[in-house]
Amino acid sequence: MIGDRPLALVLVEMILLVLVGPLVTGTIQKMKARLQCRRGAAVLQPYRDLAKLFRKGTVQADTTSGFFWSIPILVLAATVAAGALVPVIRAGPPAFPLGDAVMLLGLLALARFLTAVGALDAGGAFGGMGASREMTIAPLVEPVLMMVVFSTAVAAGTTELGALAAHRGTSWFLAWRAADFLGFAAMLVLLPAETGRIPVDNPDTHLELTMLHEGMLLEHSGPGLGCMALASHTRQIVTLSLVSALFFPIGPAGGASGLVLGAGAFAVKILVLATFLALVESSYAKLRLFRVPQYLGVGFVCALTALALRIL
Amino acid sequence: MTMTFDAMRRTLSDGRVPVSDLVLPRPNEVHCRVAAADLKDLSDCVCRDLGAELVFMGADDRRAEAGAFFVHYLFAHRAQNWFLHASARVDASRPEVPSLAAFHYPASRFEREIRDMFGINVTGHPDPRPLVKHAFWPEDYFPLRKNAGSPGFADDGRAFPFTEVGGEGVYEIPVGPVHAGVIEPGHFRFSVMGETIIDMKSRLYFTHKGTEKLFEGRDPADGVELAERVSGDTTVGHALAYCQAVEAAARVDVPQRAAYLRVILLELERLYNHVADVGAIANDTGFAVAHAHCYRIREQLLRVNGQLTGSRLLRGVLCPGGLTRDLDVPRDLSARIEALVADFDEIVEICLGNTLVLDRLEGTGVLKPELARDHGVLGYVARASGIDLDARRDHPFAAYGRLRFAVPVYENGDVKDRLRVRTDEVHEAADLIEQATANLATGPVRASPGRIDAFAPAFGIVEGWRGRIIHWLMTREDGRLHRVKIVDPSFFNWSALSLALVGNIVPDFPLCNKSFNQSYSGNDL
Repeated sequence: MIGDRPLALVLVEMILLVLVGPLVTGTIQKMKARLQCRRGAAVLQPYRDLAKLFRKGTVQADTTSGFFWSIPILVLAATVAAGALVPVIRAGPPAFPLGDAVMLLGLLALARFLTAVGALDAGGAFGGMGASREMTIAPLVEPVLMMVVFSTAVAAGTTELGALAAHRGTSWFLAWRAADFLGFAAMLVLLPAETGRIPVDNPDTHLELTMLHEGMLLEHSGPGLGCMALASHTRQIVTLSLVSALFFPIGPAGGASGLVLGAGAFAVKILVLATFLALVESSYAKLRLFRVPQYLGVGFVCALTALALRIL
Repeated sequence: MTMTFDAMRRTLSDGRVPVSDLVLPRPNEVHCRVAAADLKDLSDCVCRDLGAELVFMGADDRRAEAGAFFVHYLFAHRAQNWFLHASARVDASRPEVPSLAAFHYPASRFEREIRDMFGINVTGHPDPRPLVKHAFWPEDYFPLRKNAGSPGFADDGRAFPFTEVGGEGVYEIPVGPVHAGVIEPGHFRFSVMGETIIDMKSRLYFTHKGTEKLFEGRDPADGVELAERVSGDTTVGHALAYCQAVEAAARVDVPQRAAYLRVILLELERLYNHVADVGAIANDTGFAVAHAHCYRIREQLLRVNGQLTGSRLLRGVLCPGGLTRDLDVPRDLSARIEALVADFDEIVEICLGNTLVLDRLEGTGVLKPELARDHGVLGYVARASGIDLDARRDHPFAAYGRLRFAVPVYENGDVKDRLRVRTDEVHEAADLIEQATANLATGPVRASPGRIDAFAPAFGIVEGWRGRIIHWLMTREDGRLHRVKIVDPSFFNWSALSLALVGNIVPDFPLCNKSFNQSYSGNDL
């Protein structure tokens, strides 16, 4: 099988995503702090937090099953595997059989499911509450994400993200059609939900009663919590990479200069999306829980229209 | 039906109500003795016929001196500014008083407190559960009795009998006493259906420090530092109430300059707390920008405090008789406050202009006026629920009688109204500081208190930033404190929080709680 992305490149990209993930979180935190006229923690703070967590011991509730300790590892594995499926610095089909966008979303859903199972396992009130809320929101987010992916996949005739990006590499922003704009709008609505940010969730809150994602992590500690945190950083950058692969792909370029160009373009794209998230988080409040479906409904309508426009 | 102070005195002295030993220690106060059996008749007459309300209950242990406990009741008339103080003698061999809980809800909580602290039995009380006592307190340990000592504490293993809510799909969420944020301890038991709160019961008194006991045996002048620390954010409120109680007991008038300075101090405290609260409410809606800016303004206000008094939290300034030292009020004080308030206004405008923030605030945590009235809530919680009360206006103290200010009252009783009462009060506070600064005359700031009669009760009432604070005290024959009873507004307001929550969703609890922002320390004492 001939492809533009050899195994080595895919592995490098995957590792890159895992390594850069915390930096994106740190950058968003820093931007938010600056927007609030605060100095804020250094952008490297998430790395320090991870290092601290991996050094610590683990405390586990007596009520948890034997399965509990493996949850963070499985969640991290599923999320990192999802990272392999998204093109980062070079578009084009992979040189070996690799999953497509549906598998990527499936892996992210699996990670979410395992997180919720882990939260329920300990039997604490907050874990159960977080899990139930997450599972209320997830079915509203995931199908819409699917639709956005399909609306671009219909045009390219493939759901493999590398090939899809390569196909769209020729159509630049000016050549966007109504379906692209609508799909992108849907994506912007979904981004805060998928990355667990305001107006859907509040990553900074320590109020156990309002938590969604954080509520599910309460029973984890030490390296396990570190894995969960790293998984959320990775999930965030994978989602951002998915957006850039679908809407701002960089065309296939050969040689070392192409890779450098691709890497530079990737950094710019992620930075732009991170700025968007920081701005949204600073200018909006968290929605009342039962308003979230209405908010996500806007994304659903955009995605549905985008898909309909493609097919018709 | 309302009556004037003189009419009240006539009513009491003409024998219709069985009271004895009528005295008038201060111009608008009547003190009397009442037999325990006649308590219900007295409160019926004073509350129903005269239109006053029960604002305070406390007990003291005088078994060594008089062979009995005494239970004290303070009734206040808001519109006519008079007080009736009634004391009932309770036989030490059979300590028992009839309960007033059936006609006044706050009385039931005062009575539970008295039962826990003094072992005085309250007959006919509808709620047999302890209020202050936790399970590890020995059954026969009553800490405010003079011979209480300190027993060994051991958990008896019994759970507190919370009201149980049954039915399909109803579950309980236990929260606290240790919380995720840096706040005080309190246990909240939610009964929830899905996300909707059906019932919430709070269990407090985790920070019980024996503050009232610590006052006993001190010289009245040495009680201020303890009063300042009753609740960390209400230094001036509690210290002022304490000083006023001592001044009332010692029959001393505070010099003019000190009275105006006290207004400035109390309003400065109100300012920084209200500003911080507005930021914290915005933060609980997830609007962190407003929070950051409100904390910036709070910091500026604390620096003003620090510059004026040498203490950012305004400690060490008040003393019985006036102020510990004269304060050099900077000429630009009110201009600086005005500038900070203008800054604060802009942030409030941004908050209330944000539809997402507004959506979270409106209709959340509604405390209906009838419920607010029944529970006798105080401060901004009351004023947001349509109850027009403010001790600064109703029972003027310091220099408030000579200053103009409005009392903001709103009707909806939701989080937004509690926020608006605060933002309005910020303006009133800034205005009061300006008036007080303009009226500041030169002169002494301290008068020396006179002799205090032994076992003559006296009290001070202050509208702190949270609401009405009462300090009640009594001295022994050697002039030292026999008993000090403190009532923080939180004592009245905590129970109303659970009523405001019914029908709200669990994720809105922090928002409701923050809009009440009651003190744990001031309640638990």
